[in-house]
Amino acid sequence: MSVELTIDGTRVTGKKGQTILEVAQENRIHIPTLCHHSLLPTNGACRICVVDIGRKDRLEAACTTPITNDMKVETKSKRVLDARRLNLELLLSNHRADCVTCEQDGQCILQDLAYELELDLHKTAFKPQDIDKPVDDSSPAILYDPNMCVLCGRCISACNNIRHHNVLSYKNRGYDTLVIAGLGELFTDSDCVNCGECIQVCPTGALTEKPSRFMGRWKELEMTETTCPYCGVGCTLELYTKDNTIVKIKGKEDALENQGSLCVKGRFGYDWVNSPERLTTPLVRDDFGEFREATWDEALDLVAGKLAEVKDQYGARSIMGLASAKCTNEENYVFQKFFRACIGTNSVDHCARLCHAPTVAGLVKAFGSGAMTNSIQEMLDTDCFLVIGSNTTENHPVIAKYIRQAVLDRGAKLVVADPRKIGLVRDSSIWLRQRGGTDVALLNGLMNVIIEENLHDEAFIIERTENYEELKNTVEKYTPERVERITGVPADKLREAARMYAKADRASIIFSMGITQHTTGTDNVLSTANLAMLTGNVGKHGTGVNPLRGQNNVQGACDLGALPNVYSGYQSVEDPLIRRKFEEAWGAKLDERNGLTMVEAFNAVSRGDVQAMYIMGENPMVSEPDLTHVEESLKKLGFLVVQDLFLTETAQYADVVLPSCSFAEKNGTFTNTARRVQMVRKAVEPPGNSRLDWQILCEVATRMGYPLFYGSSAEIMKEIASVTPIYGGITHERLQKTGLQWPCPVFDHPGTQFLHRHKFSRGLGRFHGVEYKPAEELPDEDFPYMLTTGRLLQHFHTGTMTRRSKVLDTLVPECPIEINPADADSLGLADGDLVEVSSRRGTITGKTSVTDRSDLGTVFIPFHFAEAAANVLTNPALDPDSKIPELKVCAVRLRKP
Amino acid sequence: MNILRYRYVLQQETLPTSPSRDSVRTAVGETHSSSQIAVEQARELGLLGDNILGSSFSFDVDIARGGGAFVCGEETALMAAIEGKRAMPTTRPPFPSTKGLWGKPTAINNVETLAHVPKIIRDGPDKFAEVGSEKSKGTKVFCLTGAIQNSGAVEVPLGTALRTLVFDIGGGPYEGRSFKAVQTGGPSGGCLSEEHLDLALDYESLQAAGSIMGSGGVVVMDNTSCTVDVAKFFLGFTTAESCGQCTPCRVGLKRMHEILDRITRGEGKLEDLELLKYMSTGIIDSSLCALGRSAPNPVLTTIKYFEDEYLAHINEKRCPAGVCDALIKGYHVDSELCKSCGICVKECPVGAITQIEPDKKALINSDTCIKCGQCYTACPFNAIKEVW
Ligand code: SF4
Ligand code: SF4
Ligand code: SF4
Ligand code: SF4
Ligand code: SF4
Ligand code: SF4
Ligand code: FES
Repeated sequence: MSVELTIDGTRVTGKKGQTILEVAQENRIHIPTLCHHSLLPTNGACRICVVDIGRKDRLEAACTTPITNDMKVETKSKRVLDARRLNLELLLSNHRADCVTCEQDGQCILQDLAYELELDLHKTAFKPQDIDKPVDDSSPAILYDPNMCVLCGRCISACNNIRHHNVLSYKNRGYDTLVIAGLGELFTDSDCVNCGECIQVCPTGALTEKPSRFMGRWKELEMTETTCPYCGVGCTLELYTKDNTIVKIKGKEDALENQGSLCVKGRFGYDWVNSPERLTTPLVRDDFGEFREATWDEALDLVAGKLAEVKDQYGARSIMGLASAKCTNEENYVFQKFFRACIGTNSVDHCARLCHAPTVAGLVKAFGSGAMTNSIQEMLDTDCFLVIGSNTTENHPVIAKYIRQAVLDRGAKLVVADPRKIGLVRDSSIWLRQRGGTDVALLNGLMNVIIEENLHDEAFIIERTENYEELKNTVEKYTPERVERITGVPADKLREAARMYAKADRASIIFSMGITQHTTGTDNVLSTANLAMLTGNVGKHGTGVNPLRGQNNVQGACDLGALPNVYSGYQSVEDPLIRRKFEEAWGAKLDERNGLTMVEAFNAVSRGDVQAMYIMGENPMVSEPDLTHVEESLKKLGFLVVQDLFLTETAQYADVVLPSCSFAEKNGTFTNTARRVQMVRKAVEPPGNSRLDWQILCEVATRMGYPLFYGSSAEIMKEIASVTPIYGGITHERLQKTGLQWPCPVFDHPGTQFLHRHKFSRGLGRFHGVEYKPAEELPDEDFPYMLTTGRLLQHFHTGTMTRRSKVLDTLVPECPIEINPADADSLGLADGDLVEVSSRRGTITGKTSVTDRSDLGTVFIPFHFAEAAANVLTNPALDPDSKIPELKVCAVRLRKP
Repeated sequence: MNILRYRYVLQQETLPTSPSRDSVRTAVGETHSSSQIAVEQARELGLLGDNILGSSFSFDVDIARGGGAFVCGEETALMAAIEGKRAMPTTRPPFPSTKGLWGKPTAINNVETLAHVPKIIRDGPDKFAEVGSEKSKGTKVFCLTGAIQNSGAVEVPLGTALRTLVFDIGGGPYEGRSFKAVQTGGPSGGCLSEEHLDLALDYESLQAAGSIMGSGGVVVMDNTSCTVDVAKFFLGFTTAESCGQCTPCRVGLKRMHEILDRITRGEGKLEDLELLKYMSTGIIDSSLCALGRSAPNPVLTTIKYFEDEYLAHINEKRCPAGVCDALIKGYHVDSELCKSCGICVKECPVGAITQIEPDKKALINSDTCIKCGQCYTACPFNAIKEVW
């Protein structure tokens, strides 16, 4: 409904429910604001935006007052300006106006207001006072100077209403009111997770990034919009640089996926880019086996020559390539093309094998497409979440933001199924604490109740699926009581959770490595798909089966064919038609057999079947299970090339090390967990002689007699589009404006928000009856504890980047070994004590962290720390379908050293 | 059967009732228990609860205990407090009647309003409207306090003249004192002067004169009160009770209080009066809630009706009422009037007064004197004089 009103004598039209400020902004009428922020609920605290609406007794805040018909608004009368100026003078009377050294100088709203209202600080009636409050610099990330705070309340709203971290609040009242963390303690002592949302919205210099202090101010900084190099959420970053150095990072506020939000890694974990430890020149082995610097020509000739030699002697299948979920789509495409067309083998794999291989395997079987079915934004409209095996608040923090908003603001239901007491348990409606490795039984139990109580979606099952009888017959046996015996989850709780999920209008399953990293990984994934189809929760807005991908571009690396069985776009290498298409496009004869997977390759090395390995940006010496075995393999290899940013644990074993470029030094694209292809843009020059990954690959290929040349990464994307139907309509040009979700087959296709709308990718969705199988290695007398591994909020993957970031390394400098209080007690371990953990495969030592996050008899160790590498302990037993190793369950014993 | 359920939440709040520094008190404990008893009795009699007296009507009363914050007089802050949040007003809309307590439509009423309801139901609206002024109908309970002979809660028809309330009912000022001012409506009401004695006590007239009906408090001041000091006192109260959310109220009241303090210490400047008016206008105009929007009232009205008293403090560094300690340089004994009774010697808390032989007249040692004024009030012969 339209509303007509007058602002400063001009007749304008707005919509019912709009505020005066919104209508003024639409009509380019400037009203100054301070506390208002478009992403936050308005509180009307600063009273800078006051306008006259013809009331004798008061002015009104433009940011909170809705328009009404025939309203007459004055925004610049003397009365209005007097009140505005008074409020500004009052703010400055309690503000330490240190603009000369303030980080916010040039971007400070207070400064702008003082200028706009022509304030003369020397002539105002009030002298600044009470501006000696103690500054809190306890956190490595956040600098809080209350003397610069104008109490606009934005930070509190951001922390509590947007992120639901509930750390910030007001203390005292009246003039003594202060913004505080926790109960008024230091930031480091509070529950602050250093997401920096508060800094992002602070209009003044009160909250700033501590590592950026004195590194450069706004007018000196250059901004580059790019995509976060850490997790699969794919937050859009604004990278601010000065003199080729990253100075600070902000979240892009109008970006769809993150809306200004970031987590501690995205916001503070960037300084490794400019680290002096970066590789700047190629390294080769000298006569004594030590690394020496080499020219590019020498190194490239050596690589090309050696690979050709191995290929001649042992055949193409004796060479294994590991592409990278950290590299761009373009680089992964070139990598697999190099392997397939030039070397002649399909043995290309990457770390998805260690995270979501079962997702791809399972969802392709059930739905025909192995990706997150729905979009991140849709979570805001979901009515019930089943979060199973995903520690979302730590591993996908910005997705956790949307889950919390749906649950806490909209009253959506949240069922958490996790053996650990993860962060989301706090907000859950029901928490099912299943025993590690019993997910199939748990999910079958839920389906048993749903069918038993007639809560399944009959119509959906008939119209859209097949093989329902098999599922029905299987889950029939999983009565809640039986499931209770297997999983430890009380039967009644299981029933309650089943009802909650089944009765919701829009229910969404969210899972991650807690589902996949098992010998039953594919079975687990199939079970989630069964559950979603059973209740008709696929192919609809706000529903779906949503695997959260761990790495920034693990989705893209899979999409672009860094897998041993498919070309880009999941096109099978065994399909002769498809093969012919690629043979024509690439001008080479292609191998018709599937290649080796990563873990298989390491086993093949022991047998002598794999002689050479080419690793681009991966660190299996920390990420693989059973590291002792990996080390033996790497040593045994005839030839190892590692292309990386640092001399990683893996690179130490290489014959040639080639220095490549980080995300901040190149153009290209990443594909996030929700299939959204987004731009990565160059912000700084690469250090020394390091080169782009795809350029290095092209050089090697050319030297091996397969001329490969591209002018830019955009050109590579053109080639990708031409051979990859799901990326068919994607170009860099289109992506400059906004990301696109595949499938995007043609240039005018808007992208696909959710999959399987009217029809599954494979036609009918297929149910699979899946029986519960226990984990490979369970606790016994010798190894009585169950070990589970995972990630921490502050670190990433093998720590190559995050452990070189000052903020992140300061926050968590060493490996915590999480043990339940009762277990710690019986072992005589106190918080901080050294503890030795051994499995059948090895032993590591770390610091005890006593916490009820771990269940009785369970130990949790993050795998980021090479010096206490959890993967020395883990079990390399494989899921028969997807070949993922069982990283989530193995048996260990604990000892106080 | 569709059973209607209503819930009524009674929130105790505290209001300062008198301007004297030690009498701002909370009566929470007491009223809490009497409301509690009333509710329990009603429940026992079956007048509250489910299906009252066998009808399909269900109704109950919960009592929520407040923490005593003045700002809870603001409905949105009151609801926040009941929800267990920090008592901070929020902007309207949404109005409580559409989205209030726990997000539900909420009607907020004063206990006094509710007390009228049975009467209106029993006797009809016309009977209720028989008394009162043209626009303000019915009666109103005033809390008459201060420098007055009879104090207490009195119920009078709205529109009753201030003079009737103060002199006929209140009995006027104490012997030997004269009426000076009256402050209505609680700490953020305005101060009215002698010229307003014939004012009708209703909403419109009070507002026109720069004051409010507010809590119904009526504080009478006589010639021993200093209106500058009174304004400072009330402003000190609202400054301390500000929730701290919005700029004008949080910082503005504090700065105004500092200026008033300066004036009462004899350090005021003539420009301060203009500054106070400018600030008052800005604060009233732009504060978020009624606390800030009314807090400057005592200052504005005292400047308006008692400007001379301000000028005396500023220009002559003198407090005509003899209240502002800092302005009093000291006391001396008029030996003509001193009858050597020795009362002042006993009263002086620091032993600054001695009686000197042979006539035993009192003498004040100005070095030890702390200017507390006790001798001045104690002396039955008015022999102690202020030194300006
Ligand atoms: S916060 Fe703004 S006004 Fe204050 S010192 Fe910094 S730049 Fe200046
Ligand atoms: S960094 Fe994040 S968690 Fe910490 S106070 Fe700021 S908004 Fe809250
Ligand atoms: S710290 Fe910044 S965002 Fe928070 S209230 Fe103060 S000025 Fe506003
Ligand atoms: S790590 Fe993930 S959640 Fe954190 S900023 Fe990067 S993309 Fe966003
Ligand atoms: S006017 Fe005062 S009490 Fe009301 S919201 Fe503002 S600061 Fe709080
Ligand atoms: S003013 Fe107080 S201290 Fe001074 S002489 Fe009188 S009683 Fe004593
Ligand atoms: S911007 Fe409207 S009150 Fe602060």
